Amino acid sequence: MELLNAFILLSNFVLVPAIAYGSQLALGALGVTLIYGILRFSNFAHGDTMAFGAMVTILFTWWFQSMGISIDPLPTALLALPFGILCCIGFVLATDRIVYRFYRRQKAAPVIFLIASMGVMFVTNGIVRFIIGPNDQQFADGERFIVKARTFKQMTGLEEGLSFKVSQGITVVTAILVVIALFWFLNRTRTGKSMRAYSDNEDLALLSGINPDKVVMVAWIIAATLATIAGTLYGLDKSFKPFTYLQLLLPIFAAAIVGGLGSPIGAIAGGFVIAFSEIMVTYAYKKFIAYLVPESWEPDTLVQLLSTDYKFAVSFMILLLVLLFRPTGIFAGKSV
Amino acid sequence: MSYLSASNMTGGYGRGADILHDCTIEAAEGEIAVIVGPNGAGKSTAMKAVFGMLNLRKGSVTLDGEDITRLTPQDRVAKGMAFVPQTSNVFPSMSVEENLEMGAFLRRDNINGTMEQVYELFPILKEKRRQNAGELSGGQRQQVAVGRALMTQPKLLMLDEPTAGVSPIVMDELFDRIIEVARTGISILMVEQNARQALNIADKGYVLVQGRNRFTDTGEALMNDPEVRKSFLGG
Repeated sequence: MELLNAFILLSNFVLVPAIAYGSQLALGALGVTLIYGILRFSNFAHGDTMAFGAMVTILFTWWFQSMGISIDPLPTALLALPFGILCCIGFVLATDRIVYRFYRRQKAAPVIFLIASMGVMFVTNGIVRFIIGPNDQQFADGERFIVKARTFKQMTGLEEGLSFKVSQGITVVTAILVVIALFWFLNRTRTGKSMRAYSDNEDLALLSGINPDKVVMVAWIIAATLATIAGTLYGLDKSFKPFTYLQLLLPIFAAAIVGGLGSPIGAIAGGFVIAFSEIMVTYAYKKFIAYLVPESWEPDTLVQLLSTDYKFAVSFMILLLVLLFRPTGIFAGKSV
Repeated sequence: MSYLSASNMTGGYGRGADILHDCTIEAAEGEIAVIVGPNGAGKSTAMKAVFGMLNLRKGSVTLDGEDITRLTPQDRVAKGMAFVPQTSNVFPSMSVEENLEMGAFLRRDNINGTMEQVYELFPILKEKRRQNAGELSGGQRQQVAVGRALMTQPKLLMLDEPTAGVSPIVMDELFDRIIEVARTGISILMVEQNARQALNIADKGYVLVQGRNRFTDTGEALMNDPEVRKSFLGG
């Protein structure tokens, strides 16, 4: 019984949150890795693209809420998501047209693209804060929990409760569906294959008659879609605040690099590696250990390796280790 | 009139100095034309000029009587040219079959027949069609590269040193396959380091020196020319 309690405790505070967070990071990292594979630069604006997409989704959500449209028990945001995606695609394509296309014509070095993307990042961040404000925004509605901690305790008679939020469930399900759709697209469709070919060997792709403009456009469309989905899911799960997305950039890039830049499977694996390490390192294990050891051995401290304030240090450490010992990432993408 | 006729080509890369000077290269239907010459003679450059990868200041390229001098490489592919670069000529993280599919990207009709022909020509590719091209040996990779180029059903196949870095046995086999391709009526333009073997199978040989045509004759005649032998074939 003690063992089971310990396991439930860990599931509730580590396993479930980490899976949800990992899914969000994976979706974000997929967008980064895709742009890296096709356009060959690290898109620093991706975090704020997520914020932009989520913001539009939130505005639509509020509008729907004010009109009384809802899909209870699911959050209204899901209904608004397609509109958010469309607007985000429009925004990203406009950015490409105004900023990146110029540098593509110049055949600029990747580092110039990277700097340009930082500019785009600041501008996007400014736009988002200008429109929706810098503060926390609440937009989640509908049912909050799939399983409540109290119900779980009553059901099982255990001391520890396991709660499973609707937002977490939606996150995981959506992530799985999106990843399946993406892999189907990349591996089975003509356009998807041509994108992989372009990412693999640009010159040969051109010789084969693959249209680079189309490949680039589709890459942006997919990246914007993934960013909006990831941003909205993150906002539903935690809360929406423009600056949070700027900070999310680090774990997302860490995930993409750990998995191997340019490798979609790597991005997913990397997302979960980062999420699990971040949450496991910052979790206080005192209660967990108390369940497993005799009472007299119970630790006096929290047994927390790192304060949650320092959670970003975890991504940094993993990033550092990977770059030192396996620069191409787990799934051998392109070296950075 | 030859099927491919590139005459008096003069030009270089970008705004740089001229590399080719009045260079002429021709290939008739079903003929194997080979460009040989010392290092830095402009062999690959001549082939790239035929394919439209550098700016010609003078001269013209015609394919089947049509002037294609101003076309981009991509447009030339649509006209029936296929080019196999010397290096990075496959999509390494894609399967052999996907490589062939990408070769046929411009085609909207059914490509299964062509793919079957490529598999007939290179049986090993059929065996490995699910494997990633990047995991194959050098010789097999060259076969994928040639196969990919054949997928557009070209009239002219251009090969930039197809035997670079493969073993002598594989080289002989590749040459055999190239002869087979030529027998189907496809013209072949090839740059080769292994001058002796290449001239052996060539209908026409071009010896380039410093971007100029030095000797032009049938492969056999060049092999028997004492001067060519002394200077370029090591006696």
